[in-house]
Amino acid sequence: MSNLIKTDRFVLSDAERAAIEEEMHHYEDPRAASIEALKIVQQARGWVPDGAADAIGEILGIPASDVEGVATFYSQIFRQPVGRHIIRVCDSMTCFIGGHESVLDGIRTTLGIEPGQTTADNRFTLLPVCCLGNCDKAPALMIDDDTFGNVTADSVAALLEDYP
Amino acid sequence: MRTLSSFGPANRSARSEETHPMTWRLRDDGQPVWLEEYQQKNGYAAARKALLDMAAADIVSTVKDSGLKGRGGAGFPTGVKWSLMPADESQNIRYLLCNADEMEPNTWKDRLLMEQLPHLLIEGMLISARALKAYRGYIFLRGEYVDAARNLNRAIAEARAAGLLGGNILGSGFDFELFVHTGAGRYICGEETALINSLEGRRANPRAKPPFPASVGVWGKPTCVNNVETLCNVPAIVGNGVEWYTSLARPDSGDHGTKLMGFSGKVKNPGIWELPLGISARELFEDYAGGMRDGYALKCWQPGGAGTGFLLPEHLEASMYSGGIAKVGTRMGTGLALAVDHTVNMVSLLRNMEEFFARESCGWCTPCRDGLPWSVKTLRALEGGRGSAEDLEILARLVEFLGPGKTFCAHAPGAVEPLGSAIKYFREEFEAGIDPAAGRGRPKAEFVQA
Amino acid sequence: MATIHVDGKQYEVDGADNLLQACLSLGLDVPYFCWHPALGSVGACRQCAVKQYSDENDTRGRLVMSCMTPATDNSWISIDDEEAKAFRASVIEWLMINHPHDCPVCEEGGHCHLQDMTVMTGHNQRRYRFSKRTHVNQDLGPFIAHEMNRCIACYRCVRYYKDYAGGTDLGVFGAHDEVYFGRVEDGVLESEFSGNLTEVCPTGVFTDKTHSERYNRKWDMQFAPSICHGCSAGCNISPGERYGEIRRIENRFNGSVNHYFLCDRGRFGYGYVNRKDRPQRPLLQRSRLSMGIDAALDQAAGLLNRQRILGIGSPRASLESNFALRELVGAEDFYSGMAREELANVNAIRELIQHGPLPTASIRDIENHDAVFVLGEDLTQTAARIALALRQSARGKATEIAEAAGIQSWHQAAVQNIAQGALNPVFIASVDSTRLDDIAAEAVRAAPADLARLGFAVAHAIDPSAPAVDGLEADARELAGRIAEALLAARRPLLVSGASLGSRSLIDAAANIAQALKNRGKDASISMVVPEANSMGLSIMLADEPGDRSVEAALDAVVEGRYDALVILENDLYRRADSQLVDAALAAAKVVIVVDHQQTPTADKAHLLLPASSFAEGDGTLVSLEGRAQRFFQVFEPGYYNPDVLIREGWRWLHALRHTLLGKPVDWTSLDQVTAACAAVHPRLAGITEAAPDASFRIKGQKLARAPHRYSGRTAMRANISVHEPRQPQDPDSPFAFSMEGYSGAGQDRQQIPFAWSPGWNSPQAWNKFQDEVGGHLRAGDPGVRLLDGARMDVDWAQPPAAFAPAAGTWQVVPLYHLFGSEENSARAEPIQQRMPQPYVALAEAEAQRLGVTDGAMLALSLGDRQLQLPARISSELPLGVIGLPVGLPGIPPLTAASVATGIKEATR
Ligand SMILES: Cc1cc2nc3c(=O)[nH]c(=O)nc-3n(C[C@H](O)[C@H](O)[C@H](O)COP(=O)(O)O)c2cc1C
Ligand code: SF4
Ligand code: FES
Repeated sequence: MSNLIKTDRFVLSDAERAAIEEEMHHYEDPRAASIEALKIVQQARGWVPDGAADAIGEILGIPASDVEGVATFYSQIFRQPVGRHIIRVCDSMTCFIGGHESVLDGIRTTLGIEPGQTTADNRFTLLPVCCLGNCDKAPALMIDDDTFGNVTADSVAALLEDYP
Repeated sequence: MRTLSSFGPANRSARSEETHPMTWRLRDDGQPVWLEEYQQKNGYAAARKALLDMAAADIVSTVKDSGLKGRGGAGFPTGVKWSLMPADESQNIRYLLCNADEMEPNTWKDRLLMEQLPHLLIEGMLISARALKAYRGYIFLRGEYVDAARNLNRAIAEARAAGLLGGNILGSGFDFELFVHTGAGRYICGEETALINSLEGRRANPRAKPPFPASVGVWGKPTCVNNVETLCNVPAIVGNGVEWYTSLARPDSGDHGTKLMGFSGKVKNPGIWELPLGISARELFEDYAGGMRDGYALKCWQPGGAGTGFLLPEHLEASMYSGGIAKVGTRMGTGLALAVDHTVNMVSLLRNMEEFFARESCGWCTPCRDGLPWSVKTLRALEGGRGSAEDLEILARLVEFLGPGKTFCAHAPGAVEPLGSAIKYFREEFEAGIDPAAGRGRPKAEFVQA
Repeated sequence: MATIHVDGKQYEVDGADNLLQACLSLGLDVPYFCWHPALGSVGACRQCAVKQYSDENDTRGRLVMSCMTPATDNSWISIDDEEAKAFRASVIEWLMINHPHDCPVCEEGGHCHLQDMTVMTGHNQRRYRFSKRTHVNQDLGPFIAHEMNRCIACYRCVRYYKDYAGGTDLGVFGAHDEVYFGRVEDGVLESEFSGNLTEVCPTGVFTDKTHSERYNRKWDMQFAPSICHGCSAGCNISPGERYGEIRRIENRFNGSVNHYFLCDRGRFGYGYVNRKDRPQRPLLQRSRLSMGIDAALDQAAGLLNRQRILGIGSPRASLESNFALRELVGAEDFYSGMAREELANVNAIRELIQHGPLPTASIRDIENHDAVFVLGEDLTQTAARIALALRQSARGKATEIAEAAGIQSWHQAAVQNIAQGALNPVFIASVDSTRLDDIAAEAVRAAPADLARLGFAVAHAIDPSAPAVDGLEADARELAGRIAEALLAARRPLLVSGASLGSRSLIDAAANIAQALKNRGKDASISMVVPEANSMGLSIMLADEPGDRSVEAALDAVVEGRYDALVILENDLYRRADSQLVDAALAAAKVVIVVDHQQTPTADKAHLLLPASSFAEGDGTLVSLEGRAQRFFQVFEPGYYNPDVLIREGWRWLHALRHTLLGKPVDWTSLDQVTAACAAVHPRLAGITEAAPDASFRIKGQKLARAPHRYSGRTAMRANISVHEPRQPQDPDSPFAFSMEGYSGAGQDRQQIPFAWSPGWNSPQAWNKFQDEVGGHLRAGDPGVRLLDGARMDVDWAQPPAAFAPAAGTWQVVPLYHLFGSEENSARAEPIQQRMPQPYVALAEAEAQRLGVTDGAMLALSLGDRQLQLPARISSELPLGVIGLPVGLPGIPPLTAASVATGIKEATR
């Protein structure tokens, strides 16, 4: 083994820092920006790496344990690496009735991943999500920021092609 | 490549200013109504009236007299909630929060309003803020509503540029700033006190009431939380008056005004419509949603979101307002109904629903945190035919003891209401999952995995 | 007062309480988890449900959480209601879903609140048949073990650690049934009060790791009511023993002192008792000859016969042992064992708290003050329990805001929400940063003289007739003004200072502030920290003796040949005085006899070493910093396990020695006789006989049991020595029996409680059963008597010192204290050693830059004629012109206020 000292300490980029500081102004108390700060980091890096809680806590003046408590509470903050694109398949009851299982099957067939998993090429992570408010078009899913309705096992493969 | 949510039927049905105070301004093409068009359609006239011609107390009493009830699911009278804000003028830092978390399964009405009529919400908040003397507002929007976030932010920028937000609005001397705060997932953020914690950048555990947000809310200050649709009712009430508003609902309705109602599931024409409160569920189901799709029979239905109880087809005679639905044993909820067709196994459906509720429990109180996962595992066992003889007893206990007043917030009661009604109406489907060989309480070989 | 009706019976309760508190205070059993007397209510666990009725005619009622429901007048409730009972049983059933049921291997077992509540609710059959979720545990350092699978998510730990104790590194993560309580990553829990987690946690998630390797059940230990010897705060503890070892220390509730909490030094620093290198038999050092008691006494008498004997006492030994030494050598030849400066300062403090203008706040009462000025003390390191109390003084603001808004003080979450972190003002003036700075309204650093000047300026700002400080800089004057203003604006201001910096001017400044507050008619208090567990007692004992009774005076006298023999009680002189002086005196004395429980460097040089008891093997009285005389009782008899061990209380050795010299049989055969003799000779100490009941105290004719009635294995305990079980050791000194036989319940009022137990209540929550109201005071009164509440008199104004101005090329050496390391005995405990810093020299950033050294660089410096080499620790807050040395760490000599360093430079390798 080498004697190299690990230096992969988490450091916020200038852009991230600036965005977090900007966000703090919207609230009476900097703590309120904690969720937004995590989202800013996630936006830039795809996920929230270890050490981010310290860096964010420092800017907001709150303990890292509070930031981590928030990061791990909310389902759309990722504390593990994810793929380039996130597929969120609604698994709530209307989509359940509408056949979301077949959509999941379509994704399984196309990508070979289960909910919670990432493709080997890091292209997609598949996650379940609460009702997307698209119940008239169940089953629904989101790929990154785009919402799709009336998805079928067959149509989902075509949708995925647009996300390289 | 992306598809825009058209909310088809809502945009296409016949609407008028007199009868559809919330939706008459919708464009048929489903595109957002921006400031210019909104103002052409009489937008911000009510705000002008409220800010320039009405005292704050008058707005509160108007809304109180209108009988408007909260549209977020609990149905608390809005004017009454508003009058809980402290009279003490020295408590001059107050907040108005718009609950736009909309994450309850089968709830998709606020999304329509925010995506397509962002200025209606802004106007509603402006008038409400004036009534409540709030100097700042936040729209707590669920993170997945990216289109709504974009449209709201653009509309807020438009409004600010037009002097409809910011300092000395319309020369009235009233200041109001409005921000969009987006969440990061978790249904519980919609519970109004959890929402406050979340807005403060904390874990979204609910808070005990009392004290109510009206006395101790965001950052310890008086705060009012209202649902998107509730706030979207306010401009028309203020603009057209109480008398007009109370005339909107069906005569035998105990509640006033119109409501966004919908039907989804295997109906012919799933959608949402602004309808007078008090219309019969059958009218909604047959005339608007078009009844069941061919080949599907209605097995049961839910009047207003995952947290409301299941009803049988015969209950379609009930009228859609809080008292009308209460008569048949459950709650109006969000007014967005779900049709469950004959192909659906109730055990599986409830398993799916309880998975949602268990996953979305905040983890604060014991019954919900630990009771709901037990219901999930029990339902999975029943679904797989591995139930034990006492499973129904266990589920009944959970339904009873996770009910209203026993848990810290209304999440768990919402979770067990559909379960209780499903067992009541479809007990045989649950019993069918019991394996007579499964011993009472003994671990089985097929130890069910979480 | 409010009238409530519980299951048809009518009771009078405090209407400001919630129903749970009210019921528990009435002695009714309502199970609960998330509520804690010191942490208030949050309504999370739902365990405390009861049925509430709207009036006497309501038969249906509804379930309410008793902890969240005010005990309003005319409340009607039922605990026994069937639905309420069924609901509470269900709550346990849910909590047990993921609980591993590992009681047999769980270290909480037997003092577990979860076990107690499970039995109480009657949940006894598992219906849940699916898999359990599991968690990974963390390494939280040498004190606390972590087993998250046992968690029942009551949130008490984070509420205690963060909200109550101000810690930042323990949090709650995750959601739904996956909530996790721990650190962001593995690592030592940073709070100095982490040990309380072991008692706050109602199950076995956080347990005492120091106990783990030599574990036994609570019911298998002998306990005694004891007093922590770790500092002068006087916290009450329950040490537990098995097989002749202290196995753990639990908090002992004293509603006027520590109530529910200890610091980690007090809880985890007991390991010195168990050290194998302790003196266990009398030993002639030169010949390494160990001997029996009679031989030792003959030897000692032979050595001392016809000699001029000087006795050096100890501020870490009991009054009784010090008194016995004084009797042996005579009042004129008895010395305090404290360094000159320290003795003078402690005496000044004693004067101030006994007769000064303001009363001394008890530690509990500190929490009720609403503005605090801390002058010169780093409390977290010198009297940690006070630091924890000060956090509560600061947090009192939140309660005040909440109450003004009609929110009950027990409604914790609401209190915090409305207060938004508002704190009562705490001002901290210290030489370096402190671990209380996070609650400080303002914190300043300065050299001791400048701190004192700030204090004098505060006094002047409070009352202009107090002397002004000449030439004070504008910023200091303004700060003094703000502090004065805050103290004057408060309902009950508090001044905290002490002797740790060795600066007399600080004490004088404190006296001036006290007088100024008094002159302004404030209902104010003071609290003055003294160095050791019995510094105050010794100062009282010597108060009327003429002459200099310091260690230096004693050693000088020996060196000058005025004495032949030196008898040293529980004191390592090398920690007190310059080592050359100690060496010279020990060399000059013809005879050196040391009575101690540790093998100290001083003991190494004794001719004869007599093995004294530590707090665990003996009884005695200590006087805490507030002047509270408190008795500690022997936990176990070491000779029972090993007859070769001849450890005896210091007073027993010294008294026997005296009588051997006199050729008389001993008079004192029990502690009470010594205590009484001491009280008779020292009128100022007259109260100590009342500090605890005497050995004749009985309840229902019984002695008090030291061990729970389930104590097991006694028959086999000595089987390795003899299969015949001997008679249990008899205890002539106390009302306690070395046995599970005797009274141990809560039914009969008593102050002295070896361990908290009451039927159905095995966990520390059993303290409820001994209290006048839950969380209040012991029903029989809190133990201890205050000795120093004398007539309050005005003090003459003291004059401020000159501003700090070190001579060129010199640095004033200031002592820096460490909770882990600065105290002699606990520093011998292995877990504490893991938390001790390495010796260092602290210097200001600017000084380091000037010297061109970085953190960790080896520095050489001279302290008088002593050369030191220490790594640099750079402080961004230390003032210029001073360097800090860590008190008590290896290689750090004793310091005085006059210690000056010269020639600081980077050491050449
Ligand atoms: C678990 C839970 C989730 C909720 N989610 C929402 C929501 O997404 N949107 C909403 O407006 N109200 C929601 N509510 C209801 C709110 O607590 C609250 O009653 C409502 O925002 C008040 O607004 P209104 O009076 O205008 O209806 C939820 C309640 C619970 C218990
Ligand atoms: S019922 Fe309890 S655990 Fe469930 S969401 Fe509400 S507070 Fe959280
Ligand atoms: S003790 Fe009352 S809810 Fe936990």
